[in-house]
Amino acid sequence: MKSRDEIATSLAACGYIADGELATAVALMQMLKRPLLLEGEAGVGKTEVAKALACVHGAELIRLQCYEGLDQSAALYEWNYQRQLLAIEAHRGHADSIEDRIFSEKYLLERPLLAAIRRDKSPVLLIDEIDRADDEFEAFLLELLSDFQVSIPELGTIRATTIPHVVLTSNGTRELSDALRRRCLYHYVDYPDVDREARIILAKVDGADASLALQIARMVEGIRKEELRKMPGVAETLDWAAALVGLDVRDLHDAPDVVHETLMCLLKTHEDRARVKPEVTARLLGRVA
Amino acid sequence: MSARATTPAFDAFDDVSLRMSTKLAGFLRTLRDNGFAVGLSEGQDAAALMAAGYAARPPLLRSAFKHLFSARKSDWDKFDGLFDAFWLGKRVRARSSVTGSARAANTPSLKGLQDAQSERAGSPIATDQVPSSDDAPQGGGSEGRMEGASRAENLTEVDFRKLADPDALEQAHAAAARLARAMRTRLTRRDLLRRRGKRLDLRRTIHRNISHGGVPITLVTRRRKDKPLRLVILLDASGSMSMYTAVFLRFIHGVLDEFREAEAFLFHTRLAYVSDAMKEKDAARALDRLSIMAQGAGGGTRIGESLKTFNRWHAARAIHSRTCVMIVSDGYETGDAALLGREMAALAKRCRRIAWLNPMMAWDGYAPEAKGIKAALPFVDLYAPANTLKSLTALEPYLARL
Repeated sequence: MKSRDEIATSLAACGYIADGELATAVALMQMLKRPLLLEGEAGVGKTEVAKALACVHGAELIRLQCYEGLDQSAALYEWNYQRQLLAIEAHRGHADSIEDRIFSEKYLLERPLLAAIRRDKSPVLLIDEIDRADDEFEAFLLELLSDFQVSIPELGTIRATTIPHVVLTSNGTRELSDALRRRCLYHYVDYPDVDREARIILAKVDGADASLALQIARMVEGIRKEELRKMPGVAETLDWAAALVGLDVRDLHDAPDVVHETLMCLLKTHEDRARVKPEVTARLLGRVA
Repeated sequence: MSARATTPAFDAFDDVSLRMSTKLAGFLRTLRDNGFAVGLSEGQDAAALMAAGYAARPPLLRSAFKHLFSARKSDWDKFDGLFDAFWLGKRVRARSSVTGSARAANTPSLKGLQDAQSERAGSPIATDQVPSSDDAPQGGGSEGRMEGASRAENLTEVDFRKLADPDALEQAHAAAARLARAMRTRLTRRDLLRRRGKRLDLRRTIHRNISHGGVPITLVTRRRKDKPLRLVILLDASGSMSMYTAVFLRFIHGVLDEFREAEAFLFHTRLAYVSDAMKEKDAARALDRLSIMAQGAGGGTRIGESLKTFNRWHAARAIHSRTCVMIVSDGYETGDAALLGREMAALAKRCRRIAWLNPMMAWDGYAPEAKGIKAALPFVDLYAPANTLKSLTALEPYLARL
């Protein structure tokens, strides 16, 4: 088990520029064996946390994307019916022996949740956008996360060989149950501050130098303060930085037109695009040192 | 796991740990007072954390506890303040003077503990001030809600504009919010019951029929989940509606809070998208933000133009096949009535139902004479007054049938 400081170092080594508190959260996850619930606006890098965590632990990342109507057969396990039928046809007349055989491991299809508890080494299980799943699924998940065992009627109970590191993310489209919230550690992922965002740009965009990264980060911060429908996330910032680097912009002040035109990387609705007029861009640029 | 591994050490200086856990228990109580959902297992984990050396470094302990005890953004935001007030309030200096070693910090001097004791005794008073300001509206609110429920009965038939005194207004507001909430629950329940299978689910059918050797005897159909009903509310915030705007704003706030699928717009001379502003949990703050938006530029109501903006820019996203558009307006169009007619026609093609709520309708001697309302009425599925809580409630069965 790694200490908090080691975790902070290895998060950085994995290319994830964490804010101060995330390392604590990761250390607690290990220590208390609780899942980590990440909330925050879309595009602040919640999913990235799970990826970085997998990198820190050198573990496999198993991802379950939630959606409305997600059920057990898509999340946990399912029998391979087609193969079972084939086996039945092939062994017609040996009814006694076939039953045991078709309900064996060989005919079981692992889905993410089952896969996550049957690995040799603890994987990172990312349950993405849990708020999109139904209430019933949430309750089921809660049971799995506290017992780490699954009972399959035809096969018996499968106990976890390893406890996965569980990360849940939520965009807040639906209120989660108190029980689930209590079970989890909670971390609110905010938009990064200028300094951190600049470091993220430096780490992720090839060819960006420190002064440009800082300018971009300041500009994005200014844009986030405008009254917008959709605030640009970190991914958008990175797109924009890559676009500027690709267009060979070294200093934002050199090319105000290019800056304004490439804002399409950040502003993704017509309304926002119309609101940020060239004058607004110029005003924001003026504040970027 | 180290939580387990440290237990012996934890026992070793149990005297200290006992005192620490007394203090911890006090902190847990403070958190519960402040609306944190803290259970027994959180308390145990917190004790394990303190024993594992986190107690020696207050900033680290704060961060660790913050992750452990918070369950939502609001908890997250207020945690640091609570922690500092409880753990660091008076004892910051004492703590830093004994940071010679981790053990030393874990073993506060007797005086330190006395301080801690007195602080523990004192702290609920000190920290109570936080909950009392925080809780009072909540606790009082829940009481008031009960009262409101009984008194609201009397209010159900009073026209909103005749509600003069602030108390009555407040109750009407609360009742409107509650009504919106109630509508939501009932609507979704009916939703579930009405599911019906139409398409064949081949995979499930094979599964179900394995016992017949794979001959599909019992068929399994797939239940297409109904899209939840979506409400889009367009509220007229012009001067002529000012007597009703506040109540409807509150109603909208309740609806947005409870309906997963709802969008709200305000219009007067132009259209403003207000769902985001309305999603603020605290009703008073949401209404503050809105009252700024609700101030129109210049006078008059341009319903037609506002609808045009809506149809052009928002309808595609806001409207799906199970959408009811609810327009709350008196229909006094100061712009072009013909334009209003055209836009209403366009809107009617898009959504399932248009309900037009006109609070003036219930006024004595009111007839839909205004140009605007005349142009719009042919496209309206439900034209109803919504000037009292009772008439607002009457909408619910209508919505449930959609």
